[in-house]
Amino acid sequence: MPVKVASEWLNSCSGCEIAILNLGETLLAVLPQLEFVHIPVLMDHKYFGQKGDGDIHHLDIPEAVVGLISGGIRNREHLEVAEAMRKSCQVVIALGTCATHGGIPSLINGFRDEDLFERYYRGSETTDPHANPNDPALPPLLERTYALDEKIKVDLYLPGCPPHPDQIAEAIVALLEGRSPNLPTKSVCDTCPTIREGKGKVKKVRRFTENAHFEPGRPVSEMHCLLEQGLLCMGPVTRAGCAGNNGDAPRCLIARVPCRGCFGPVQHDGNQLLDMLNALASNGIDCSSVTDAASLLRFSGAHNLVRAK
Amino acid sequence: MEQKIVETAADQAFAHGACSKKKVINIQPITRIEGHARIAIQLDDEGNVADTRLNVMALRGFEKFIEGRPAEEVPRIVNRICGICPWMHHTASNKAVDGCFQAEVPPAGTKLRELMQVMAQINDKILHFFFLAAPDFVLGAGADYAVRNVLGIVQAAPELAAQVVKMRQAGQMMIEKFAGKVIHPVVVVPGGFAKSMTEDERRELLEKSKEQLEFARFCIDFAKKNIFYKLDPDTVGLGQITSGFLGTVKADDGSLSLFDGVLRLMKADGSYQDFTYQQYADFLGEHVEDWSYSKMPYARAWDEGFSMDLKEPKGIYRVNTLARLNVCDKINTPLAQAELEEFRKLFGRPAQSTMLYHWARLIELVYACERVLELLEDPEITDTNVRGKVTPGAGRGVGCVEAPRGTLIHDYSTDDNGLIFRANIIVGTTHNVAPMNMSIRAVADSVIQQGQVSEEALNKVEMAVRAYDP
Repeated sequence: MPVKVASEWLNSCSGCEIAILNLGETLLAVLPQLEFVHIPVLMDHKYFGQKGDGDIHHLDIPEAVVGLISGGIRNREHLEVAEAMRKSCQVVIALGTCATHGGIPSLINGFRDEDLFERYYRGSETTDPHANPNDPALPPLLERTYALDEKIKVDLYLPGCPPHPDQIAEAIVALLEGRSPNLPTKSVCDTCPTIREGKGKVKKVRRFTENAHFEPGRPVSEMHCLLEQGLLCMGPVTRAGCAGNNGDAPRCLIARVPCRGCFGPVQHDGNQLLDMLNALASNGIDCSSVTDAASLLRFSGAHNLVRAK
Repeated sequence: MEQKIVETAADQAFAHGACSKKKVINIQPITRIEGHARIAIQLDDEGNVADTRLNVMALRGFEKFIEGRPAEEVPRIVNRICGICPWMHHTASNKAVDGCFQAEVPPAGTKLRELMQVMAQINDKILHFFFLAAPDFVLGAGADYAVRNVLGIVQAAPELAAQVVKMRQAGQMMIEKFAGKVIHPVVVVPGGFAKSMTEDERRELLEKSKEQLEFARFCIDFAKKNIFYKLDPDTVGLGQITSGFLGTVKADDGSLSLFDGVLRLMKADGSYQDFTYQQYADFLGEHVEDWSYSKMPYARAWDEGFSMDLKEPKGIYRVNTLARLNVCDKINTPLAQAELEEFRKLFGRPAQSTMLYHWARLIELVYACERVLELLEDPEITDTNVRGKVTPGAGRGVGCVEAPRGTLIHDYSTDDNGLIFRANIIVGTTHNVAPMNMSIRAVADSVIQQGQVSEEALNKVEMAVRAYDP
């Protein structure tokens, strides 16, 4: 019997769903063991009946063993869909950093909604000024962006922006085999092969306006640690996993750019801002050299960590 | 408190509809698209279509929350606007920051940017055609919803499906191996690119890109033979409206460009004006309706206002594949040019049929593969000077690229410290919101009469939306 799977996306971008598709032939191999009953990106199952005439007070998601949810919760529709998924699914997986920690869209938690609306509908150079869209058909915004576990119970967290396909595969296969998945628990730094010489040489971090120093064509393992090159790198305070099972190095390091923390904190309830400032201080780096410290929470602003001034 | 905000998110499709007890059909969510939207079709007492609406449900606020961020960080933030086309936001944003900081990009930096952006287009077009759109044509608009999807195609044509999955996967991995991240990229930076390309990397990509071009040729031949040549007039006319078009062309010869050039705004009669990125706000405006969080861009330069009336539309233009093929004078790669000539001979210029977006998409797939080969055969692409000098400071920059879904505009202003203090972004799909509303109305009128509503009819309404690949 194939395992029934339901999938939903909330305050998200679809990158997590593309990461699922990037499983490629691995996905084709496990497909016979899965039965998708609801997945809006690929399949036409509707909330209110296939003829659109169902009860609009009853959002229908078929029962499934596994529920994959990407995206955080920002409006009333997200909340209703999340609650319906929880009701229909035995195991709920928070897929991606928006679902686990709010992700990039939780940066809006640093602003007031009225300022957002003012800018969007009355303050842009191209927009003909208009009152805020307020038709009853539109889901009202909630007061902030939430991670999934602030509103519903989550059984498994798969952070990443997006998660690596290897971890998605591991989660699916583990569930099929009835065991706990084996997921990364260390920091990006712990899995980074760059050369580190020790603390204390760098006193300030600089903005990333000139490229890192490295020999073109040589492996990442021959490049010096970017933090030790004076670039702000979030590797020390970010959950590992972006390199997948067989990657040579964290993915941003392959691009020769510093980590910005897209897998969220190392510990689920960590605080990337405080952890990073601590990491800098313990390396003798002046914290005031960080431009826009609020950005250190750019991937994990839910759980009330980023707040409007 | 939250419970009282509103009774339910799906509360009465049209408030006024609920009051008059008229029947409303909810197509929710719209599926096999990227994004959150629903269609509401209101019927009159005779069961004919009284009105239709496309409600865009999401508002995340990128333009607001990048305020205060160091501009050089923003290309790594705004790529999260879209997980299908993050390369488009990433490159357009970098161009805008270049403008703010008056950074000069070395030739190899520009070429690497274009290479990545066009390679990403290849994967996107394969994804849209086979995974999202094809089920309606291969399995039929009226097939059971449980099989009318890519999984159904895997069942019905396992060899084709395996080939598609393999080629798309290979395309994604080609980018990832060189650029680190393929979803939510980081390798493009203000002033250029974060790393240079080695000769070995160039050769490996070149070999694989030749396979991609062969596959693209197979795709368009397959689609023409099995789908496009067989389309009946009703399907070709599905969701057809009359509109103008917007896209990017090369300034010197009016040829198709996905990466750089001038913007061309064409009226339905084929006349057009070209303008630079910096002039966009003189030519384009955005209209707001109460029932959609998404705005509706229109052609401000035509000075006729905004109306989605099917018979007398005002200010309405479209973007995305069909628009780009309509506005360009030619395509500078031979195979795609031959396809364009056949297309124009059959449908004229500008072509208006909404379903032709699919055909145009595969012509662009051929172009993208040919363009990637051109770039990889350019010896300058391995030059190690890939990033120019970047000095944070006050300025304004407008960066554009053609995203798969249409012309993408990022407009930023920075303060003395190089922090963003104002941003205006017009995303590809947004330009098509008003046209999609019109296409929905056109299909609904043709497939729903006297209260007869079938699943197939409603799927045809969605097919009109899917053609725009929102």
